[in-house]
Amino acid sequence: MLRYFSLRLLRAFITIGLVVTFAFVVLRLSGDPALIILGPESAPEAIAAFRKAWGLDEPLWRQYLSYFGAIAQGELGRSMRDGRAAIDLVAERIPATLALTIPALIIKLGIGIPAGIIAALNRGSLTDRLVMLLSVAGFTVPSFVLGLVLVLIFAVQLGWLPSGGQDSWRHAILPIATLGIGGAAVLARFTRSAMLEVLGQPYVRTASAKGVPWRQVVIGHALPNATIPTVTIIGFMVGSLIAGAVVVESVFSWPGVGRLLVVAVSNRDLAVVQCILLLVAATMVVSNLIVDLLYGFLDPRLRHAGGRSGS
Amino acid sequence: MTDRALDTAATSSGLRQRLAGVPVPVWIALTWLIAMVAVALLADLVSPYSYTAPNLRNRLVAPGHPLHWLGTDELGRDVLSRLIASIRISLLIAFGASLMSAVVGTTLGFLAAYFRGFVEQLVLMLADFQASMPFLIMALAVLAFFGSSLPLLIGLMGLFGWERYARIARGLAIAASAQGYASAVTQLGASPTRVYLKHILPNIASTLIVSMTLVFPEVILLESGLSFLGLGVQPPMTSLGNMVGYGREYITRAPWIMLAPAMTIVVTTLAVSILGDWLRDRLDPTLR
Repeated sequence: MLRYFSLRLLRAFITIGLVVTFAFVVLRLSGDPALIILGPESAPEAIAAFRKAWGLDEPLWRQYLSYFGAIAQGELGRSMRDGRAAIDLVAERIPATLALTIPALIIKLGIGIPAGIIAALNRGSLTDRLVMLLSVAGFTVPSFVLGLVLVLIFAVQLGWLPSGGQDSWRHAILPIATLGIGGAAVLARFTRSAMLEVLGQPYVRTASAKGVPWRQVVIGHALPNATIPTVTIIGFMVGSLIAGAVVVESVFSWPGVGRLLVVAVSNRDLAVVQCILLLVAATMVVSNLIVDLLYGFLDPRLRHAGGRSGS
Repeated sequence: MTDRALDTAATSSGLRQRLAGVPVPVWIALTWLIAMVAVALLADLVSPYSYTAPNLRNRLVAPGHPLHWLGTDELGRDVLSRLIASIRISLLIAFGASLMSAVVGTTLGFLAAYFRGFVEQLVLMLADFQASMPFLIMALAVLAFFGSSLPLLIGLMGLFGWERYARIARGLAIAASAQGYASAVTQLGASPTRVYLKHILPNIASTLIVSMTLVFPEVILLESGLSFLGLGVQPPMTSLGNMVGYGREYITRAPWIMLAPAMTIVVTTLAVSILGDWLRDRLDPTLR
């Protein structure tokens, strides 16, 4: 058990390390950071001072180490637009993003999982086909198209809801719906196939052959086993809450982290981009860790085997 | 493997009967995709106007106009012509990127299978890392550092999904090298490159092609998403996502500017998915 979790923890740290390395490599590959951040028109003295401040005149391996050290101390640089600490800029946008993504996550789970289970239990029925059809649509319609179609119907044609902004709770309905519908479709498809796989297992057949009522077979035997793969995809959804919000926040001009990222990328505000990159990596790693903990809890085989090898 | 060899033989001999058994949705999907590729290849011939030519007298004309079937945009540019140009660019990126990630991923998977040990662990670690980070965020970070250009965009999209090919190619190559045919040619003195490219690759190609049909629509969605955000294909060049992004400004007065490319994206990804599902059932039951 302990070995299992320490291996997971080690992997989590390796992932964060790789993200930091990725940011470092990309920053160095893109040319002289001093010129990019300060702009080519800035005074040579300013560039020299910047180089010294960021340690750009030192050998590469020392820069790499000090880069790691700075990030470990929470020193993520300042926004080049208003000089505020990047981490503050990002932090003040997080509540707005959560206001969209948490209700959307509830919709995804509340619609996606039951729909997937019902479809699997009635395989081949009209309900099953309808769920599958909708879930294929959810996969092939990109979120910006779905969002704009919702705007076209509910804001432009019917005039019921505003098309963008963040003035009242009514502004949040369309973005939440856009995020929720797409995710629910993916989750329904996934839950359905996890459920179908479990229902085909010998222990389900044995249970029904023993005369266990079908309802009890589903609740007692099939559902717990179908939870394991479903937890993985839910963990991924939680981890990618911010990433998923990037496009939708832009469609609805919602001032969250995703919108900030898009603006920072077009302004090449590197400190902010780097800060969001690390935030996303951290949420991803933490939710993966939680999923792994849940695995150990849900699946006793993992606890006793001492950890999944390879993968 | 013998089953698959028989299967291929059956395909060539009974091709006609097989084609008769192809379901209607797959035919529709295939027809749509062929039409898309044809439009992309013949863009200059089939396009009624230049996609950048403004016509200030006919601005925001609704679809159905005798001169502009799909209407015009805010500068009077023909939406159909812009759509054709966009299809060309979007398909170019999607094809280029899918091919690149297939080559990169398969190569890395083969290297992992051949060297094992440290190289294998490194490839697997990178694959895990790639799979655990949302690609959109990494892509945005790279675009922030480098700025956007078409070759960079194709290269960036070409890194999307490589880890899936790498994992599949590694697993299958390890399984294949334990089989008689691979060890036979190795014993005969064939170089590792020859064994992998001439003997193992053809045997696992069907699985890789099926994975490609899964990655391809995602690349289209990713590129259109980036272009929609204004961070992908840059004007005056145009792509499907780009058109949706600019058309969004006119959603109240001229929704057709945005709807035409949006529908094209949806139908194309749907068509590739239908075709991919069908191919997967046909070629590789293990992936189901």
